[in-house]
Parts: sequence; C-alpha cells; structure tokens
Amino acid sequence: MNTEILGSLPLVVIWLALGAIGIVIQAFIKRDSSVVYGYYMATLAVTGILAATTLWSRGTAFNNMITLGGAAAFFDILFCIAGILAMLASKPYMQRMKAGFDEFYTIMVGSIAGMMLMAHAQNMLVMFIGLELMSVSFYVLAGFMRTSNRSVEASLKYFLLGAFASGFLVYGIALIYGATGSLQYGDIFTVVLGGTSQYPLLLAIGSVLLIVGLSFKIAAFPFHQWVPDVYEGAPTIVTSFMSTAGKAAAFSAILPAFTALMPMVKTAALTPQLQLTLAIVSAVTMLVGNITAVVQKSVKRMLAFSSVAHAGYLLMGVVAGTADGHDAIMFYLTAYTFMQLGAFVVVSMLETNDETSLTFDAYAGLSKRNPPLAAAMAIFMFSLAGIPPLAGFFGKYLLFIAAIDAGFTWLTIVAVASSVISVWFYLGLVVKMYFQDAEHSAVQPPSGTSAVTVAVCTTATVVLGILPTLITNLLASW
Amino acid sequence: MRMGVTALLLTLFAPLIGAAAVLFIGRNQERAIRVVTLLFSLCTLGISALLLPEFNSASHQMQFVVDVPWIAALDTGFRIGLDGTNLLMVLLTTFIMPIALLAGWKGITQRVKEFNVLMLMLQFAMTGVFVALDTFLFYVFWELILIPMALIIGIWGGTERIYASVKFFIYTLVGSLLMLIAIIWLGFAAEAQGIGFTADLLKLRSVAPNIPSNIQFWLFLAFALSFFIKVPLFPVHTWLPDAHTQAPTAGSVVLASLLLKLGAYGLIRFNLELFPQTSVALAGALSVLAVVGIIYGALVAMVQTDMKRLIAYSSVSHMGFVVLGIFSLTVEGVQGAVIQMVNHGITTGALFICIGVLYERRHTREIADYGGVTSVMPRFAVLFTIAMFGSIGLPGLNGFVGEYLTLLGSFRSPFLNNWAYAIAATSGVIFAACYLLWLFKRLMYGKNNNPANHHLRDLTRLEYWQLVPLTIVMIWIGMAPRTVMSYAEQSVRNVVQNIENITFTRTAHNQP
Repeated sequence: MNTEILGSLPLVVIWLALGAIGIVIQAFIKRDSSVVYGYYMATLAVTGILAATTLWSRGTAFNNMITLGGAAAFFDILFCIAGILAMLASKPYMQRMKAGFDEFYTIMVGSIAGMMLMAHAQNMLVMFIGLELMSVSFYVLAGFMRTSNRSVEASLKYFLLGAFASGFLVYGIALIYGATGSLQYGDIFTVVLGGTSQYPLLLAIGSVLLIVGLSFKIAAFPFHQWVPDVYEGAPTIVTSFMSTAGKAAAFSAILPAFTALMPMVKTAALTPQLQLTLAIVSAVTMLVGNITAVVQKSVKRMLAFSSVAHAGYLLMGVVAGTADGHDAIMFYLTAYTFMQLGAFVVVSMLETNDETSLTFDAYAGLSKRNPPLAAAMAIFMFSLAGIPPLAGFFGKYLLFIAAIDAGFTWLTIVAVASSVISVWFYLGLVVKMYFQDAEHSAVQPPSGTSAVTVAVCTTATVVLGILPTLITNLLASW
Repeated sequence: MRMGVTALLLTLFAPLIGAAAVLFIGRNQERAIRVVTLLFSLCTLGISALLLPEFNSASHQMQFVVDVPWIAALDTGFRIGLDGTNLLMVLLTTFIMPIALLAGWKGITQRVKEFNVLMLMLQFAMTGVFVALDTFLFYVFWELILIPMALIIGIWGGTERIYASVKFFIYTLVGSLLMLIAIIWLGFAAEAQGIGFTADLLKLRSVAPNIPSNIQFWLFLAFALSFFIKVPLFPVHTWLPDAHTQAPTAGSVVLASLLLKLGAYGLIRFNLELFPQTSVALAGALSVLAVVGIIYGALVAMVQTDMKRLIAYSSVSHMGFVVLGIFSLTVEGVQGAVIQMVNHGITTGALFICIGVLYERRHTREIADYGGVTSVMPRFAVLFTIAMFGSIGLPGLNGFVGEYLTLLGSFRSPFLNNWAYAIAATSGVIFAACYLLWLFKRLMYGKNNNPANHHLRDLTRLEYWQLVPLTIVMIWIGMAPRTVMSYAEQSVRNVVQNIENITFTRTAHNQP
C-alpha cells in the first residue's frame, strides 16, 4: 500500500498541479508575469525529484492499470528534464517571436502529464488517454504562433493526420481486446504467450494497426510524412520538445505494449512476423530519413528528417525485443533527448523573423561569430552522427549489440550504411560553421536562459558518452 | 615497472592536459599558446623516452598494463599496455608531434588557439589507438582522430580543403563503422567460445583463432577494410592525395608520419594476431594488392606536377611495402614492416617539411615554378638530399633497412611461396629513385631562371629545428637499425610463431 501511494506520487502531483492549481492561478493573476513560469518550473522539478525517489520501488496502482517505479519512473525523469530544458529555452524565444503567453507553459506541462501517463500505463486505454492528452497539447503548441501561417498550417496538418492515426490505434486496441478479452498488458501477454486466443487473425490485424498508430507518433516510415512540415512550421522550441520528449513518450508506450504482444518465446506464433515487420519499418525509416535529410536546405528541416532516421535506429531495440534492447532504447532516448533538443535550441537561438536564418548558409562562419555556440552545435552534430566518445555513439553501440544478439545483423549493416549517409549533412553543418566565412554578418539575438539549456545539453552529451555507466548501471540494476 | 606504468599514463594523458591548459590562455596571446603547446609535447616526448629503459625487450608480453573497468556489463575497460610494436609507434608519435607543431609555427596564422588544441587532441587520440588493449577503447580513440584531423584539413587547408576534409571523413567512417560491427560480432563470437561477451583484446587473442573460419573470414575483412583505408592500400587510397595536398604542412606531416601508421599497426594487432588462419588464406591476394599499390603509386607519383601530390602518391607506394611485409607473415617481413613504418614516418615527414619550406617562400607547389634552387639555398639542398635518399632507400640511410627486410620477407615467405611478389615490388624501389631524383633535378638543379626564385632565403633557425632532428634519426636508423628493431623483435617473433604453429598443426592434422 505504501509503495502504491509513494509510487504514484509523481503522477498525482503533476496532475494536481496542472488541473487543480495551475489553471486557477492563471485565472487570477496578471498576464505575462513570471509567476506561472516559475510555478510550472517548480512543478516539473518536484515531479522529477519525486520520480527519482521511486526509481527502485515496484508496484502497480489503480487496479493494476498503472505501473510504478522502474522504467516508468525513468521516463518521468526524462520528460521532466526535457520539459525544464525546453521551458528555459522557450522564454526568450517565445518573447522574441511575440508569442510569449502563459498558456504555453500550461499546455506544455499538460503534454508532460500525458506522457507520464503513457509511460506508466499497464492498460491499452490508459495508454491511449495519455497519448491523446499529449497529442492534443502538441496540436495546440504547434500552432502557438497564431499569426504565422506556417505555424497554423503545421497545427492543422498535425491535427488531421494525428486524429487519423489515433483512429488506427483505437481500432487496433479494439481488435486486440476482441482477440484476447482484455486491455491489460499482463492478460494480453498471457494469452499471446499461451497462444490461446480464439481469433489469432484479429490479434494479428490488431497488432499491425497498433504498429501503424504508434509509428505515426514516433514518425516511422511510411507514416512520417507529416514530420517535416509540422516540425518546420511549429515554433522551434515546440519542435525541440515534440521531437525528443514526444518520441520518448511514444517509445515508453511501445516498450510495454510490445513486450506483451511480442514475447520472445517459440510458442508465440506471431513474434517472428512482427519482428520482421518492425525490422523492415526500422530499416526503411532510417534510410528514408537520412537520404531525404541530405537534400535539405534548411537546418530545421534537416533536423526533422534526422529525427525520422533516429526513430529507425530506436526501433532496432524494439525489433530485438530483449531486455538489452529495451535498455539500449532507454539509453539512446536519453542521449537523443539531450543532443536533439540542444540542436533545436541552438537553431532557435539563431532564428529571426527572416526565413533565411534557418538555412545552412546562415550558419556560415558561426565559429567566428560565436565560438561557444558553434562548438556546442558541432558536438550535437557529431553525437547525432554517432561519433565517439559522445553519447549518441554509445547509444548506437548498445542498439547494435542488441540487434546483432537477436540475429538481426543485416539490420545493423543497414543502420551503419545510413549512419554514413547521415554524416554528409551533420558534417555539412560543421563545415559551414567552421570552414566557411559568413557572406554578411547576421545579427544574433540575445540568448538569455537558452544558453543554460545548451550548456546542460552539451555537458550531458559529453558526459554520457564518456561515462555511459551512469545510465547503464541504473538500467541493469532492475 | 611501476614507473613504466606512470610514464605510459602520462604519455597518453599529457597532451589532453595540455589541450585543457591551452583552452585557458587568452585568444590573443598567440605566442604563449604556441610555447605552452610545444612545451607539453616536448614533455610528452621526454616522458615517453623514460619508457625505453623500463621496457623489457626480451619479452613479448604486454608490459605496463593498466586495466580499469569501464562498462562492466559489456566487459569493456580502460585497458592499455605496450609491447615492442606499439612502443615504437608511441615513440614515433611523441617524436613527430613537436616537429609538426614547429612546422605550423609560422604557417598557421589564423585561429592559433584552436589549431594547437586540436593538435594536442590529435596526439592524445593517436597515442590512445596505439596503446589500447580493448576493442571498444580502440574504436573510441580511432574515431576520435577523425574530428580534429578533419577540422585541421578543413580550416587551415588549401583551396580545395572542404572537399578534401569531407572526403577524408566519410572514407574513414565507412571503414570504421564496419569495424564497429566486427568488434561487436567478435565479442559475441568470444561468448560462443565460452569466455563471455568481452572487449578485452588479450582475452580475445587467446580464443579468436578457435572461431569458425567462415565467421573469421568476415571479421577479418571488416577489420582489414577499415585499416586498408587508413594505410591506404590500393584501391581505397583515393582520399589520401586530396587530404595530403590540401592539409597545411603541419597537418600533412601528422597525416603522413602518424595517421597512416594506425592502419598498418591495426593490421598487425588485429588481423594477424586475432585471425591467423584467415591471414594465411588471404596473404596472397593482399600481397597482390600491396604490389599493385607499390607500382601504381610510384607510376602516378612520376607524372605529378604538384610536389605535395607527388609525395602523397609516394606514400601509397611506400606503405605498400609495409602491407607486403605484414602479409609475408615472416619474422623478417613483419619486422621490416614495423621499421618501415617508423622510417616512412620520419622521411616523409621530412619531405613534407621541405616542401613546406619552399611553399612558404614562394606560395606555389607547382614543380615547374622552381629550378636551380640549390644556388640560393645550399644548406636546404643538403638536408633535402638526405631526406630524399632516405625515401629512395639508399643503403646507409633508414629507408633501405625497411624495404630490404620487407622484400626479403616476401621473397622467403613459406605462405606466399612465390618470388614474383618480391620481384615485382622491387621495381617500386627503382621507380622511387626515378620520381624522387627527377623531382630533385627539376626543383634544385638547372638554371635559376625564374626571377622570383633569385632571392630565396636559406633555412631559418626554426626550420633547422624541424629538419635536423629528423635527419639525425634517419642516419641513426640507417647505420644502427638494430638499436631500434630489437625492441620490436620479440613481439613480432611471437606473432609470426603463432601463425606458424596454427598452420603447422593444421597441416599435421590433415596428414594421414
């Protein structure tokens, strides 16, 4: 009982803070004050710390619909850190873009509450509720710069396609329920493991629909087409948050769901087919993401496509399906959150109202204009490309190990090939920043607290690369 | 022994500490930055010299071994140590680096701070590759080299620097990512042999020969491709002329003298030690590639009009000898390869510095722009001559020893069992004389017709400091090669004996 209360504290706190107090505060205070900002910062910090205290406890709550501690707590911390970092960077950015309204933070914390529910879910419907809360928040955030056509377009596109994907997801859940008679992961696992489902075809179709719905959320091929336009049109900070924490949340839902649907035993008839399907999705996703990124002129769009490719890498761990594979995903998501978020924040710091500020050419000579920022961006790029000793490399290494161990050497070779392709544009940006001189000296807006985010992300990218045991030991201790 | 370990750790980490120290010096104090960097690299040289008396050259065992766990779950650790082969490579690195820094003393005028930090980082990474006794650690250092080197070429290089830098980066990365798969696969193959997933090179060395030969074959190829690109072996050498030509003099020296050695060292440390059977099986095919590289590099060098490109292609040819020696799988051949690696590092470094001397005065690398330089730069001519003859392989200078031994090895190799390799490769020595003597004639002899060349200044004190130490070592190795070779002898003998034992027992089994 005790663990049940303590373990669910992070969830309870963030929901209460959001629903009961946050919105009330907002109604009664002056607009654009920093009270709301500070309040939500504190909320995220407290939630993160509470989650950290539950890392080693285990249990379930709310009639087994919620799992406590362990991986879920790990994801909670990751979401809170990503949220804090994004909020730090968002303040100067949103003010500069003349969209610095307090609602931004409320909606953002709302999306985090949804993500945490996804990570804790032990039940398909709970997962779906969390997913919808996150998604709806993202639809609003993507269109937050409501005077910008691109932002509104991004929001609408995201909403229409997202609603469509949700439809697939619910349909898949319904079919799985029909086939197994339960929405609980545990019960589904038992049925799949025993092969006792009376409607194996429904189970198969349901699983595939689930893959479709979740592929949309992680931006995997062929459901990634919304990514470039939405990521490019949305405010950069929102993109940074969506593409990292949002992806991590989708994976936090995928891991338990596929543990249930795809047990690694011989009796589970569907496992090899699902593995193969996911492996093909993974391979095509990384190739398509990286190849398309090569031809991009805008850094923001390049990062959007690269985030597609990283979904492909991450899927390797799902394909492997082993505990090692899942640990690798969690490490990679941590590393990815820091490097991708950092990279987008650097983009946001250089962004002006002028569209050309997003192009590769705008980065020419950055190493002379702003050496620390250029160095940070270079570290993010090398880490995304998977060059040691940075965090991104170690994540890839763990994923490769998991995939090879599971017998998917061909997938690893595809991953290696696409990593080589990716070097072209990651290095391309470094080349611009370091080897070329600016044609005209661009005015760089003041950085404010964004610099803190970049500093933290850079440090984390380097430290996690040199001391990956900080995370891996934690993951291994469960 | 204790002192040796300390000296080894300091040799590895002093450059890194130096890089951190330089970061704290103000951007404008260029002289201070240069002096501090040089001091650090000289200190490293001094410390690494302390390794020599501590090293027991009568043993083939790894010495000064440090083993600190890093990622226990994957049995990866900070494992370093020295045997004869990598001892020489480490000393070569610490010896060349101060000279390379001096070569950039005048040539690098922009972003001095970044340059010096990157050079020290590069030294740290290269030393790390040489001393690593852990596959994962090796890979980390191997890739760590890429970033500083690509930046050095790309920021301070010539007009085509960006193309050269990106080509270098992608070429090397293709190879090394395949190596990464091989490293993981090797770990699992070791697990199948019952020692658990590991990255410990010494453990791997004891079980790797038992891995089934079809898996060994692919592992061998994945490692070898990565190393061949670095060496570079024909036909994966095409990044090298661009990178060499575009890099600043200091960068060219590091590339030619040290970076190419990493590949050859990897071939000995991984391919020969881990996969003896596959090495024997593929020795013939790889020797053919080596011989083709020797002759092709020499022929292409002959028609170059750019002197830096000429030396770059001569590297392709000279490193062909190294590969030929390694895959002769004989004591003479492998020892010749090791000493040829040292020699090539020293002579080619000297040649690049000589070209840098001319380039700094005239800002052109076209051979046709020069002529009769001897009349205005007689002292330079002397040192250039010695370096050139060292590279050609004149007896009495260092180049001869290595080339002779590698040729002898491949001539007598029981595994190749064919004289044709050695005979064809010997033509490379003759071609080397052709292109280098012809280069010398066009640069240094004849009439000094070009008015721009009438008042070239002879060597400055700074340039003496670069060329004289190299020249001394050239003559020293040429006259007393044993003083250097004896360090590597036992390690090489051990590698070759392993290969012979395994091949021999296998043939014995097959006998009825």
